[in-house]
Amino acid sequence: MAEAQSAYDCAHEEWEREYGGQVVPDAVRTNRSGVALKPLYGPQDWDSAHYLDDLGFPGQRPYTRGIHASMHRGRAWSPRMVVGFGVPQDYNGRMRGLYALGLTGLFVSPCNSHLRGYDPDEVDRELLGTCGTLISTSDDMSVCLDGLPFDKESVSLGDTAPYTLTAMLLAVARRRGIAWETLAGTTNQSDYLSHYAALHMFFRLALPGQRRILLDHIDWMNEHAPRWNPISIVGQHTQQAGATPAQAMGLAISSAIQYAEDMRARGRDPDIFLRRFSFFFDISISVFEEIAKFRAGRRIWGRITRERFGVRDPRAQKFRFHAQTSGADLTRQQPLNNIARVTIQAIAGILGGLQSLHTDSFDEALGIPTESTVRVAVATQNILREEAGLADVIDPLGGSYYVETLTNQMEERILEVIRSIDEQGGMYQAVSTGFVQRMIGKSALEYQEKIDRGERIIVGVNDFQREGGDARPPTLERPSADKIDQYLHNFRAFKAQRSQSDVDRALDDLARAFDDDRTNTFGAVVHAIGVGATHGEVCARTRAAVGFGEPLVVP
Amino acid sequence: MGQVGTLEGRPPKVLITKVGFDGHDRGSRIVAAYLRDAGMEVVYTGPWQTIPNVVQIALQEDVDVIGVSSLATDHLILPKLMKALNEAGLSHIAVVVGGIIPDAEVGLLKSAGIAHIFHPGAMREDIVATIGALAARSGALAQSQE
Repeated sequence: MAEAQSAYDCAHEEWEREYGGQVVPDAVRTNRSGVALKPLYGPQDWDSAHYLDDLGFPGQRPYTRGIHASMHRGRAWSPRMVVGFGVPQDYNGRMRGLYALGLTGLFVSPCNSHLRGYDPDEVDRELLGTCGTLISTSDDMSVCLDGLPFDKESVSLGDTAPYTLTAMLLAVARRRGIAWETLAGTTNQSDYLSHYAALHMFFRLALPGQRRILLDHIDWMNEHAPRWNPISIVGQHTQQAGATPAQAMGLAISSAIQYAEDMRARGRDPDIFLRRFSFFFDISISVFEEIAKFRAGRRIWGRITRERFGVRDPRAQKFRFHAQTSGADLTRQQPLNNIARVTIQAIAGILGGLQSLHTDSFDEALGIPTESTVRVAVATQNILREEAGLADVIDPLGGSYYVETLTNQMEERILEVIRSIDEQGGMYQAVSTGFVQRMIGKSALEYQEKIDRGERIIVGVNDFQREGGDARPPTLERPSADKIDQYLHNFRAFKAQRSQSDVDRALDDLARAFDDDRTNTFGAVVHAIGVGATHGEVCARTRAAVGFGEPLVVP
Repeated sequence: MGQVGTLEGRPPKVLITKVGFDGHDRGSRIVAAYLRDAGMEVVYTGPWQTIPNVVQIALQEDVDVIGVSSLATDHLILPKLMKALNEAGLSHIAVVVGGIIPDAEVGLLKSAGIAHIFHPGAMREDIVATIGALAARSGALAQSQE
């Protein structure tokens, strides 16, 4: 053994000498999370004797290699595209088209006016349907889902407190005779802490009210729709806002800890509610860093659920996540280059073991994606699965000296973030004081300064400006005035034909629910939407009860 | 980083804001930091401002330039902001926009009187120099109107 070791040492030293002679000087290279990268990794960095402790087999603790035994070999990831523009008919038409292309997951992304909590007749007309689909009533949801298999496949809703989209889906299911117990899907924007910290898109209600309604929502859905994920904890918002990959993962896990602590304070059993926690992350172009981020996150969550929450059921330890390729990495310059960027980001997410994937369209930095650019993004996933063979072998980078070392290093950094949030008294407290916002803002500024100084090269932006083609993508699609007129007409007709007294009573019940801790506020939302209350009406009553969400301005 | 010149012995004053429904504030925070570093006085609001709100702040704070960040489609209501500024007698203030502005809608903003559009990839030096020059012009305009 001693002889073998010295042969190894000799070879290693010889390589070091030769490398040192060729690379002079060897500049320090770090990834986005600040991990210094060596030129080469080997057995001195990661020892496979730790295999069972560090990795285990897929579906086994500590889940580093994947949450299921068969991973993508058994069932490839679901391509799940965020789609949202125009009126409900537009959404339905585009989704039907994408289904024909091989899409399997549904994702409903509403108009920003909806996200901020308003009905279409309360806001600037210019903005209606420009950045998400107009969905204000259960009839709108019914049109969106017409002919789409939402009873068989999972539906992800871009839904924030008080979760009217989920209530609309329940209403449509009831109308069509689909049992709520069979519905699978996710309330995808229910993680209010990430919205508050990153100001990503919107923040609708004041923090204490958000907290109450989310817990009511989790309780209610666990009871009535047990296959539904009422919470998806989002690392994507913070990373898009500028957090490093390690920070984004740490903040997401700290948020998950906060929600789990809040549920436990209500006396709920972590072995039950943690089964339905899911996650949503950003995938930057920093390939190995992202792969290591996901592998480390899976391992950390597996340990936290057992050690901190005493969970025994394996289903409550599994780190299920959706991921989206990073729009912040895409460029306006030479937009076709973005197809290459998205492909690389997608590879990182797939090798990181995601469950579903959104690939950005290459015109993301120019406007809201058009149908033809979305088709390229879907095709990218099909190519990676069918042609490149990325679903053939499970965790193909497992055991790589570099990836395992980096997974350990990212884990340390993620755990540092989680400790810092624990020291602040948890994520709720840490976003209330601006601690998280300052952390994200500092990282965003540091990253941008590196680009401005030319230390980080973005092809076509601060270098290689002449090489790429500058072909422009297809023209912009905005909803026509006629479509918006028709939509507003339908909206008024919907309100005219419902029972106003039923709606008034349901909205009063909703207001009263906020004064009574024993009443589930989300149950009151489901009832109100079911009898024909509109999204804006439900939000207005909720705002009156718990206060509007104002941003914490951290300059 | 070079400091910008002062107007009549005071630094340029810039309002950085967001109108409409979108909250993405990464760009607006970075630009605010760059302008402050360059010696400008920056008034920074959170997102989701209404147009009357922005006019009110511009008036109270007597700013030279308004920088609006738009990452979704909120730029579509900027013609309304320009109209409201005119009606409030603030036409000397230069308004610039940064963010995702589709090519097809650049004309809409230019014809409404937007002085400059910063697209993704805009560099620090350009942003600081352009806003500094616009502030000097606005300051001179304001004086000539007095």
